[in-house]
Amino acid sequence: MTVTDELLSYDDAVAAYDPVMGLEVHVELNTASKMFCGCSTEFGADPNTQVCPVCLGLPGSLPVINRTAVESAIRIGLALSCEIAPWCRFARKNYFYPDMPKNFQTSQYDEPIAFDGWTELDVDGELFRIGIERAHMEEDTGKSLHVGGSTGRIHGAQYSLVDYNRAGIPLIEIVTKPIEGAVAKAPAVARAYVAHLRELLLALGVSDVRMEQGSLRCDVNLSLRPHGQDAYGLRTETKNVNSLRSVERAVRYEICRQAAALAAGDRVVQETRHWHEDTGVTTSGRSKEQAEDYRYFPEPDLVPLAPSREWIGELRATLPEPPREHRARLQAEWGFSDLEMRDVVGAGALLSIEQTVAAGSTPQAARKWWLSELARRANEQGVELTALPITPGQVAEVQGLVDAGRVNDKLAREVLDGVLAGEGTPEEVVTARGLEVVSDDAALGTAVDRAIEANPDVAEKVRGGKTAAAGALIGAVMKEMRGQADASRVRELILERLS
Amino acid sequence: MSELTRMGAADLAQAIRSGAVSSVEVTQAHLNRIYDVDTGVHAFLHVSGEVALEAARAADARRSAGESASSLDGVPVAVKDVFTTAGIPTTCGSRILEGWVPPYDATVVSRLRKAGLPILGKTNMDEFAMGSSTEHSGYGPTRNPWDLERIPGGSGGGSAAAVAAGEAPLAVGTDTGGSIRQPGAVTGTVGVKPTYGGVSRYGLVALASSLDQAGPVARTVLDAALLHEVIGGHDPLDSTSIDRPLPPVVEAVRNADLSGLRVGVVKELGGEGYQSGVLARFDDAVKLMIEAGAEVVEVSCPHFVYGLAAYYLILPSEASSNLARFDAMRYGLRVLPEGVDAPSAEQVMNATREAGFGPEVKRRIILGTYALSSGYYDAYYGQAQKVRTLIARDFTAAFEKADVLVSPTAPTTAFKIGEKLDDPLAMYLNDIATVPASLAGVPGISLPSGLADEDGLPAGLQVLAPAMADDRLYRVGGALETMLQERWAGPLLDRVPKLEVRT
Repeated sequence: MTVTDELLSYDDAVAAYDPVMGLEVHVELNTASKMFCGCSTEFGADPNTQVCPVCLGLPGSLPVINRTAVESAIRIGLALSCEIAPWCRFARKNYFYPDMPKNFQTSQYDEPIAFDGWTELDVDGELFRIGIERAHMEEDTGKSLHVGGSTGRIHGAQYSLVDYNRAGIPLIEIVTKPIEGAVAKAPAVARAYVAHLRELLLALGVSDVRMEQGSLRCDVNLSLRPHGQDAYGLRTETKNVNSLRSVERAVRYEICRQAAALAAGDRVVQETRHWHEDTGVTTSGRSKEQAEDYRYFPEPDLVPLAPSREWIGELRATLPEPPREHRARLQAEWGFSDLEMRDVVGAGALLSIEQTVAAGSTPQAARKWWLSELARRANEQGVELTALPITPGQVAEVQGLVDAGRVNDKLAREVLDGVLAGEGTPEEVVTARGLEVVSDDAALGTAVDRAIEANPDVAEKVRGGKTAAAGALIGAVMKEMRGQADASRVRELILERLS
Repeated sequence: MSELTRMGAADLAQAIRSGAVSSVEVTQAHLNRIYDVDTGVHAFLHVSGEVALEAARAADARRSAGESASSLDGVPVAVKDVFTTAGIPTTCGSRILEGWVPPYDATVVSRLRKAGLPILGKTNMDEFAMGSSTEHSGYGPTRNPWDLERIPGGSGGGSAAAVAAGEAPLAVGTDTGGSIRQPGAVTGTVGVKPTYGGVSRYGLVALASSLDQAGPVARTVLDAALLHEVIGGHDPLDSTSIDRPLPPVVEAVRNADLSGLRVGVVKELGGEGYQSGVLARFDDAVKLMIEAGAEVVEVSCPHFVYGLAAYYLILPSEASSNLARFDAMRYGLRVLPEGVDAPSAEQVMNATREAGFGPEVKRRIILGTYALSSGYYDAYYGQAQKVRTLIARDFTAAFEKADVLVSPTAPTTAFKIGEKLDDPLAMYLNDIATVPASLAGVPGISLPSGLADEDGLPAGLQVLAPAMADDRLYRVGGALETMLQERWAGPLLDRVPKLEVRT
């Protein structure tokens, strides 16, 4: 992309303008079969192996609604305090694109299954209430792979391939009402909302919410208006902002970009924009002013959905504890401070820690692993914490090795490396890499003797009562043992000999 | 014509059951007849002789083993080319699907196969069922066996002509606004549009999803009922399929009786614009019903006059969306644009749709796209849906006064090929009497009422009943057929001119 937009500094931008956001989140449900046919939804299968006449849109085929998907939609609606429509229909959204087999998407338009809800989230100790406009059901499209270009986008590509495995996977689109009043916190609120939604969807068990696999995708609508003005400004819609960090960055970027335009006396062009994860900028997509006319009309191949009060009641009874209450309960159980809890939630580690504790770890140890070691690695790789290829059970297992004195902290980190590198379970990594600490006192004693001999000055200081100086000897022993020793045991042996 | 190709399906089934004739003989006789006359009639787009004979041999084997798959086991059938048939090409009369062999059977087709009916082939139709004359087929028109210079009706002209010409004892058609009933009327055959949702649409390539309904085409009312029973009933693969038992249609023909039945003559479906010979045959039939003890009343359905206008908004709207999938990406025709070096997907879609669709299809796609577009939706599609509701209410009110409604099926007898091709509105008027039932989803039957005096061509009478009361169609149709055949001293189809046979 050659166009570089002018940016205003963030502080200047929010000093002058009030951002208004609307977030649209697409969630792939984790139903076993697709929205309108019996094909598997398993991720990662060979291209075009999970298809049938219905999801390929072959002439004559007809859709049949997946009951579990409707249940998930209703449960999501209820968890977001929405009204559930007593009667609603699907609609066809008509547009041509090769990855859409019927050239229309079966979606919901003016009759969503759930509407008019709200949810609350905590951002740096401040409570934000987010209004939910609607949650509706639709089917996913296939996936286009543009080959031969430099960007992976269609422009410049030599040819394109289409995988229809994803076509027809059930999606729920959750749309917020305009989010106003967050001002400088807008980027953090946007991130917190998506994190909150993820947590809620995980607790509902309706989606894997793996942003890196595309099972949760976010579009960010944003406009600015001068402080004190009621009317909204012209908005942009930034598509496919697919990580928590990107949500925050994209909001921030658009605030700075739009503010620069407004400050220069220009107007913001109402348009779709692309988010570039690598460079952290948005670029212009097609203009909304030449937007397509989707020619929505009620889907005649499906009958209206009319969920009974009884059914809705049964589904309401299956709802998990609401996130805020859930957090409050865990905080009390774990004895975390407000600050610790905020870090946990902010890192999106709540569920991972909960599961690690459930697998036998102490809350403090679980927090330590997820927020330090694992958070650092996720950050280095630019992925979400939950996307790391390690399970909470395995983290608990590593801590178990530490507790049993079989590995020290340094070795434990190597065990994590091995697990993350796909070398197997923690136990398997310990065996394969030979990481267990040497607990054989004879071997340790030899090393200690050698260290004392090599460092007579230090030994003398320790003998003279300066036990703090023992650190240098411990270091020498650990070096000789290649780190595979229990440092506290080494210290004991040194002090025994020099007392 | 061999005797076998003049017989009705019920009689053929009986002959096969009794061992008087084998299914292979019956099937071969019809295949021979197709070979002999179809060069002239052009009822078939594809003849599946081997598939048919294999099914016939299986039917004969069942009979030898003392088994039977259905009441029509071994009786061959022709299938309108709008149904998907695994292993047999399906084109919907369109060049855009030329060469496509579906990987799956429509539910109607799988039910035919399961019931042991050998599939003779796929019958010609107006492209994607858009038309009333079969002239809009991408593969050339079908000709009316009564006069090869005339149209056989449409869109299911191929199915009706095949049955009228003795090429098939039975056929399956689809009726969106009259495509089974109107061809029935102009070819002297029987055609039934069941209640919407009465026969599965799975595998029926959609024209207008909320209107399309598959149904039987036959030589007699009883034959139609037998076929109706084979193809009808709930299908979990079609969400709009009705999950209730099929009305007792065969029993209704066997117990046909008009005494005490209240018959409503629809005031709005007759008079001006209807050919005199068609009206005369209709009046004769009404008199016969009175003689047979029916109580005839006139009913008014004031909104029927808006039916055609509403229909020609709803149908193109749905069709414009249903036909969007024909884009050269996955199946069917693919045309590369001329003079373009590395065409984009969009350019290939454009070039393919330009080359693959005929003028009537393009006309309706444009009409429908316009009617659904933002800013026009309420005025066109929205308004048409309201008319649809009013027409359904007219039916409800009329069925309080009458058990069934009757009218001429089509305003005229078969017209000459080419006569209305350049006048779409005149062509659309053929559906004026059949469209209201389609919009309301109620069932209708067309049966021959006789030959019009002025041209000696068949005219049709239509009977309509409330939704899920399809049995009433057969009760009235069966009784009327018996009386009319007494008057004609035999089936009307016996008077089809002898067709020139290929030598």
